[in-house]
Amino acid sequence: MRVGSLTVKPPPFDYSAPDTLEEALFLLGEAGDEARPLAGGQSLVPLLSLRLARPSLLVDLAGITTLRTLGAADGHLALGAMVRERQAERDVRVRRLAPVLADALPLIGHPAIRSRGTIGGSLSHADPAAELPAVALVLEAELVAESRARGRRSIAAANFFTGFFTTELAPDELLTSLRVPSPAPGTGWAVDEVARRHGDFAIVGAAAMVRLDTSTGRIGEARVALAGVGDTPVRLRETERMLDGAEPADGAFADAAEDAAARLSPPADVHGSAAYRRHIAGVLVRRTLKLAAQRAREAA
Amino acid sequence: MTSFDVELTVNGLARRATVEARRTLADFLREDLGLTGTHLGCEHGVCGACTVLVDGEPARSCLMLAVQARGADVRTVEGLAAGGKMNRLQEAMWDSHGFQCGFCTPGFLMQITALLADIPEPSEAEIREALSGNICRCTGYESIVNGVLRAAGATGFLE
Repeated sequence: MRVGSLTVKPPPFDYSAPDTLEEALFLLGEAGDEARPLAGGQSLVPLLSLRLARPSLLVDLAGITTLRTLGAADGHLALGAMVRERQAERDVRVRRLAPVLADALPLIGHPAIRSRGTIGGSLSHADPAAELPAVALVLEAELVAESRARGRRSIAAANFFTGFFTTELAPDELLTSLRVPSPAPGTGWAVDEVARRHGDFAIVGAAAMVRLDTSTGRIGEARVALAGVGDTPVRLRETERMLDGAEPADGAFADAAEDAAARLSPPADVHGSAAYRRHIAGVLVRRTLKLAAQRAREAA
Repeated sequence: MTSFDVELTVNGLARRATVEARRTLADFLREDLGLTGTHLGCEHGVCGACTVLVDGEPARSCLMLAVQARGADVRTVEGLAAGGKMNRLQEAMWDSHGFQCGFCTPGFLMQITALLADIPEPSEAEIREALSGNICRCTGYESIVNGVLRAAGATGFLE
């Protein structure tokens, strides 16, 4: 809409940029679901411009320094919710302690998106085709949330993504950090995706972890999670169990891929049919497990 | 709705205007500061035409609110040439015929400026990766990639 020289796209809203978490939680608690936290804005601002979201108040989290910390302590890598994706991507501690996260970050959007986009924003937005939710599942990460009414609580990634663009977070609750447990010795990780163009959301994405038993060389633990195959990111626990104690060889990974594909009911859209997505999911499960096992061998 | 005073630095100059919170940085630059070099294509973060530098990092100005840029150091395409003379990147893009209609050019130039600050001598693959979020509908990209190689002092690009 254009009124004279005044161009407007988003509907009107109020805006507050608190300096402290307490103040932000107070504002969110007062406004309830009328308010939305503003992290990097790379998903929320287009929703505003397209008028698909009409919050009455945006609470900008950029000024809260405690949400921007990144560090390793007590066996965990902790990423504040407002750590920018580009910052995490360049951080040596992320590379060392969560290599699958370091590999996944460059797959998100484009450099200009990642320089604004945040870890907490992407997780809270919970796009089922996005990379970070699936990676959080495979990492068995904890998501720390805080609200004025309920205080602080830790939510396992497995319980965080509850539906299509929906999370366990209450409207007055804020995701404050992502805690990633340090990998056990002898683990290898891999992430891969198929997208129409580099930087697009994945048609299907996969993240995998394999830990080899150091005495037998067999698979001690395997994890695999997928993006783009349902309403939420999907952890394939039954498929993982097939691999317990198996020889980390092509045959086992092919069987796992076949099992995974058979369990899925992926959506169909203009980018791919359900059958195509199921096929791609199987291919990515096989590839990521194989690469993770190879890296586990190299790490041992 | 409340209005906000937005004070920031644009291309080294202190600028200010009073706007509503819903004002995007792109519209702020174009409408409030009269800096129409920053172009708006899709207006929802897909095409890259509105890319500017915010505190040295590339950002889509259509995906930022002006209020989020308070106190920031913003660089736009208008800041590239000095004293009416095009900078090395602009010269290289000119010499490589790196644009046709020119609509996408400001966004490309700012994204390339960020790339070259990060990686002074990028490979062709690194260039293509860095520019994957900027859409050009005329050139087919070859001449744009050549322009970046030329600006980086590389040899062997197609003349």
